Amino acid sequence: MAEEIWNKRTAKEVHKNRDELFERTVLPYLNSAYNLARWLTRNEHDAEDVIQEASLRAWRSFETFLPGRDGRAWFLTIVRNTCCTWLRQNRSPGGSMQVEDDFEAVGTWLDPEAVLIKNMNSQLIREALEELPLEYREILILRELEELSYKEIAKIIDIPLGTVMSRLSRARRELYIQMSGATGEMSA
Amino acid sequence: MSCQEMHELLDGYVDSELDVVTTLQLERHLKECASCRAVCHRYEQFTQGIQAHVPRFEAPAGLEVRIRTKLGLGKGRPARAASAFTDWRRWAVAASLIGVLVLTGTLLMLVKRRASPEMLAEQVVSSHIRSLMANHLSDVVSTDQHTVKPWFSGKLDFSPTVKNLAPEGFPLTGGRLDYLDDRSVAALVYKRRQHTINLFIWPSENSDSNPQTLTIKGFNIVHWTQAHMTYWAISDLNAVELSEFARGLKTRSS
Repeated sequence: MAEEIWNKRTAKEVHKNRDELFERTVLPYLNSAYNLARWLTRNEHDAEDVIQEASLRAWRSFETFLPGRDGRAWFLTIVRNTCCTWLRQNRSPGGSMQVEDDFEAVGTWLDPEAVLIKNMNSQLIREALEELPLEYREILILRELEELSYKEIAKIIDIPLGTVMSRLSRARRELYIQMSGATGEMSA
Repeated sequence: MSCQEMHELLDGYVDSELDVVTTLQLERHLKECASCRAVCHRYEQFTQGIQAHVPRFEAPAGLEVRIRTKLGLGKGRPARAASAFTDWRRWAVAASLIGVLVLTGTLLMLVKRRASPEMLAEQVVSSHIRSLMANHLSDVVSTDQHTVKPWFSGKLDFSPTVKNLAPEGFPLTGGRLDYLDDRSVAALVYKRRQHTINLFIWPSENSDSNPQTLTIKGFNIVHWTQAHMTYWAISDLNAVELSEFARGLKTRSS
């Protein structure tokens, strides 16, 4: 009930005070947006170009922003799509993912001594994460850094809700394997 | 639940994304199966390790200004601090201007009417987000209501009811002062699994009302008035459990 009133009020604001609403609902997430773009493009100049482009797109399509919705998820969707278009135009398409049906129980690959877990640090994670395919990088950033829900992630990267958990599971495993490789022979 | 099923659901479990029934089934399995318990524990450490160490890239300094210019928006925050050698006369003018602004502000605040419920709901959402973002959830960290309640005395002009709902599955973790509806309010912090619940309490002239639920920006909110106190509970917890929380509080304080 109160939500309806609130939505109506916001709907009015969208038309009346577009600038102010954009500043309040989108611009505060510039850091989140930049971070995502930086991880997806793996380059700071490209990330800035993408964010400039994405902001312009967001601004132009701001009428499609539904009142009362989360500005961060909305903006990140645009940033993510802009990144994908940008990467297709400027980079070779490479880095495609393997088939998504190779489930391996965590117990079979996670080091029982937890040596790697104790030795994790920013440098190690950063290097390993940059090596992963785009699909794994984006889902890890959205979940581990932005702490978005599965539902929000599904919407942003446009995959079925049921796929989020399995892809995240594989992404974490791939990250782990990549890190183990970087730290040498970790297997006991 | 079998070990295989537990493994398939493990990511959902560490991310608190499973429904209540499945969570309970999985936890029952963990109680009985030591090897799954060990795997789950290590996996939690692993995912928490990722969260703690993934570097976050900050947007470059001028990016916001460049975007604002591009979109024809205002400047936002002032970009530079003034030089230390600025003529003192300018400071004097600035100071008197600030004086006028403060005075006008005070006058405006005096005539400002009470916030409407929907504006209040927005304020509650912002306070909740801020409390999680700024890492400033609690000023007094305690699971003991007899420590938290006295902490507020002398800080507020009323004494909030502080209940520990640990038996109902919502342990109290602390409290802090917050500012809502143009006044200082009590904020109590409760937990449900990984979810944080902020409960804001302050005196109200309104008569008692039953809990009303609403959702804003993905947060669930329950709001009611009881014994001349207004209560706002907010969390990213699902609406069903949050209502359960409200019911627990209402019955316990009556």
